[in-house]
Amino acid sequence: MIKLVPRGSSSQSMFILAPIFAIFLTLLTGSIIFFLMGYNPSNALKIFFISPISNAYGLSELLVKATPLALIAMGLSFCFKNNIYNIGAEGQLTMGAIFGGGVGIYFYDVSSILILPGMIIAGALGGALWAMIPAFLKTKFNTNEILTSLMLAYIALLILDYLVVGPWRDPDGFNFPKTRPFGESGRMPILFQGLRIHFGLIITLILIAFSWFIYSKTIFGFQLKVSGFSPKAARFAGFNKNFLIFSAFAISGAFAGLAGVGEVSGPIGLIYRDISPNYGFTAIIVCFLGRLHPLGIIFASLVIALTYLGAEDAQLFLQIPAAVGFVFQGLVLFFLLGSDLLVNFKLRLKN
Amino acid sequence: MNPYLLEINDICKKYPGVIANNNVSFNIREGKIHALLGENGAGKSTLVKILFGLVTSDSGNILLNRQEIKFKNPSEAKATGVGMVFQHFSLFESLTVSENLILGLEENISFKKLKERAIEISKKYDLTLDLDSPINNLSAGEKQSVEIVRALLQEPKILIMDEPTSVLTPNESDKLFAILKKLTNEGKTILYITHKLDEVIKNCDEVTIMRNGEVITTCSAEAETKETLAVKMLGYKVKSLVTDYKSIKNNILFQVKNLSKEYNDPFLTDIKNISFSLKEGEIFGIAGVAGNGQKELMELLTGENIDNIRGEVLFDNTNITNLPTKFRRELAIGFVPEDRLGHSAVPELSLSENILLSQFAGNKFSKMGILNFEEIETYTKNVISNFNVKTPNELISAKNLSGGNLQKFVIGREISSNPKLLIVYQPTWGVDTGAESFIRESLIKLSKEGTSLLIISQDLDELIEITHSVSVISNGKLSEPLDTKNLNIEKLGIMMGGEID
Repeated sequence: MIKLVPRGSSSQSMFILAPIFAIFLTLLTGSIIFFLMGYNPSNALKIFFISPISNAYGLSELLVKATPLALIAMGLSFCFKNNIYNIGAEGQLTMGAIFGGGVGIYFYDVSSILILPGMIIAGALGGALWAMIPAFLKTKFNTNEILTSLMLAYIALLILDYLVVGPWRDPDGFNFPKTRPFGESGRMPILFQGLRIHFGLIITLILIAFSWFIYSKTIFGFQLKVSGFSPKAARFAGFNKNFLIFSAFAISGAFAGLAGVGEVSGPIGLIYRDISPNYGFTAIIVCFLGRLHPLGIIFASLVIALTYLGAEDAQLFLQIPAAVGFVFQGLVLFFLLGSDLLVNFKLRLKN
Repeated sequence: MNPYLLEINDICKKYPGVIANNNVSFNIREGKIHALLGENGAGKSTLVKILFGLVTSDSGNILLNRQEIKFKNPSEAKATGVGMVFQHFSLFESLTVSENLILGLEENISFKKLKERAIEISKKYDLTLDLDSPINNLSAGEKQSVEIVRALLQEPKILIMDEPTSVLTPNESDKLFAILKKLTNEGKTILYITHKLDEVIKNCDEVTIMRNGEVITTCSAEAETKETLAVKMLGYKVKSLVTDYKSIKNNILFQVKNLSKEYNDPFLTDIKNISFSLKEGEIFGIAGVAGNGQKELMELLTGENIDNIRGEVLFDNTNITNLPTKFRRELAIGFVPEDRLGHSAVPELSLSENILLSQFAGNKFSKMGILNFEEIETYTKNVISNFNVKTPNELISAKNLSGGNLQKFVIGREISSNPKLLIVYQPTWGVDTGAESFIRESLIKLSKEGTSLLIISQDLDELIEITHSVSVISNGKLSEPLDTKNLNIEKLGIMMGGEID
C-alpha cells in the first residue's frame, strides 16, 4: 500500500515539477480518452498538440490566444498571492471590452492616433472599476469575494448582451447582435503582415515585467506576500489590509480589462456576444499552473492556449467536439491540484 | 477512608530541554474530588495527557483499581474507564446535541437507545440537556454539560476535568460544582485540574500541588487556606532582582486609563477598566495565569484590534487610543507579541525580509516604495551579530531557526529600532536558558538607556528578575501595582488565583 508522509518542509523541486507532472498525466489521460473514443491516440495527440503550431500562422494563433491568458493570469496573481480569490476575471474582461470598445464605437469615423490609447485606458479603468465592487463588498461587509466576483461576471456578460442587441447594435448590421466595427484608429497594430498577432502581446510582456518588478523590488509587493503568508503578521506590521485588497483587485481587474480591449480591438474589431472563449476563467488555471510566477505564467499560457487551438483542429480533422479543449483544461487543473500534494507530502510504500 | 482508585507512581516525562514530569507520584481516593493545582508549565497538562493516553510516559506506572494501565490512545483510556472533559470544547457546532453524543461513542448504538441513556444520565445528575438543539444555540455552560454527558456515557470510573470553569460565568461554575458533588455522591471520582485557589478550598476534598514538573505535596483541602496554597503553588521565589531603580526618571511616558473592551466570545476575556502608567526607563510587569486577558490587552496596546475600545491610551501626552499599529510604530513604540511563527515573524520568509515587518520611523529600508536591499542586508546582519542570533546567514527562512534564536532576532529587531517604549508579551516563552538570560539582560540594558518596558509574562521568576513593579491580571482586570523589591509572594499568589481586589 502507498502511504502519504508529511515532508516537514515543502519541497522546492516538487514545486516546479508538479505542473510538469500534471501536464504529463493530462496527456496520458487524454490519450486514453481518445483511445476509448475509437481514435488512434498518437495521431489524435499529434493533431491536437503538434500540428496546430507547425507553421508560422499556427504559432501566431498560439500567441494570439496566449496573450489574453497570460495578461489576465498575471493580474490574478496579485489577488491569489494575497489569498484573495478573484474568480470574476471574465466579467472584468467583459467590462474592459465594453469601456474600451465603447470609446472605439463612439469615435468609429474619427481618425486619430489618440483613439487607441484612449480605448486602452478606458478598458483598464472599466475592468478595475468592475473588480472594485467585490473589493468594496469584502472590506465593507466581509462578503466572500469568490461568490461576488463570480456573480458579477455574469452580470457583466448580461450588460454586454443588452448593449449589443440594444443601444449599441450596428445600424447597418442586418439586426445581428453586434456593434458597428471600430475605425482603423481603434485597432491594435498588427505585428507581422498577414498574421493576427497584435500589439497586445507587447503590452502583455511589458506588464509581466512590471509585475515581476513589483513583486521582487517594492514594499507593496512585499506587503502582498506577507499578508498572503500570514494575515496576523501583516496586521502586526501595520500593513493596511483594505488598501491591499483594493489594490490587488484593481490591478487584476485592470489587467483583465486590458485583455478585453486587446481582444475587441485586436483580432475582432467590434463587440459582439462571444468576445471571449472563457479566457477569464481559464486564466485561473494558467495562474496556478504557472505558480503565480511571471515566467511560469508565460509558459502555462502557451500550454493552455494550445488546448484551444488543438480543440479547433480536432473538431476540424477528427470531428471531435471542440469542447474537448475544456476537458483538457479541466484535466490539467485536476492533476495539478493532485500533484500539489507532493510538494508537502511524499509517497512511501508500506506493507 | 475510601480506598485508592488511581495510583500514580514515579511518572517521568522529558521533552527536549525540559523535564515536564519528574517522578510524579500521588494517589486519588474513590468517590472524591481531587484537585491538581499548579501554575502554567507546572506539568499538570503533561500528566493529564499521560493519564488519557495522548502521551506515553518515559517511566513510572499508573494503577487503576490496583491494575496497571498504559494507554496507547484515548480510545483505550475511555474503554478502561478514564473520561475527560477538555478545557476547550470539542463539539461540532452545527450538529445537534444527540448527534455529537453519538459521534463520541466507540460502540454502535441506535439514536433511540442513546437518547434513553442520555436522558437517564442527565436526570440522575441534574444536567440540563436539550438533545435536539444544535450546539451553536447553547451557552458555554450547556456545551460543557454535553461534554460531561458524553464522557459519562462511557461509564468512566474517573473523570478528568481540565480547568472547566475557565469558560464559565460564576453562576455556571456554581452549578458545575453542584453536579460534581452529585457525581461523587454516586461513587464517581473526579480529578480536577485548576489554578484557582478558592475552587480548591471550597469544592475539593484533596489537593496535589505541582511546581516545575514535581509534586510538592498532596494534602487534604480542608486543612489549607488560600495563603498556604499560594505559597506551595508558587514556592518562595529566590531569584533576586537584577535590575536597578536608578534608571527610572520622574516623567510619565505611557499611561492607560480605564481601558475596556467586550468581545462576547466565550474563548476571549473581556478587558475591564484597566489602568496603569509607566515612567521613562521603568520596567513594568503584568503577571497572571494564561487566558486572563493578556492576549486581548496586548492587541489593544499594539493597535491590532481596537474596534469598540473604551478608555484612553496616552503616549508622551498624545492620545493614541485609536491609532493603528503603523502609526504607533512611527512614534517609536516597539512590540513583541507572543507567537514567533506567523505573528512577529513570517516563517516562510528570510530573516532579511522579516526585518521589514517592523518599519520604525526614519528607517531607510525603502525609497519611494522601492526596496533598498543593501540597507536591509546591513541592518539584518547587525541584528544577527548584536543579538547573538545563531544562523548561517540572513537569507535563511525564519522557520529554520530555533525558538530561542528566532526570539533573539525578533527582540533584537525591535530594540535596534531605538524604541521609547517596548511592549513585550512572553519575552522568553519556549526558549532555551542561554537565550533566556541573554534576552532578559538585553531588556534591562534597554531600560537603562531610557526606554520604558511593559512586560506581560506568565513566568513569575522572569518578572521578579527584571521588573521594577508588577501588577496581576485576572479575568480581564488589573490589580494595583506592587513594588517588585518588596514583593509579598503570598499576596501575589492569591491575586493570581483570582482575587485581585
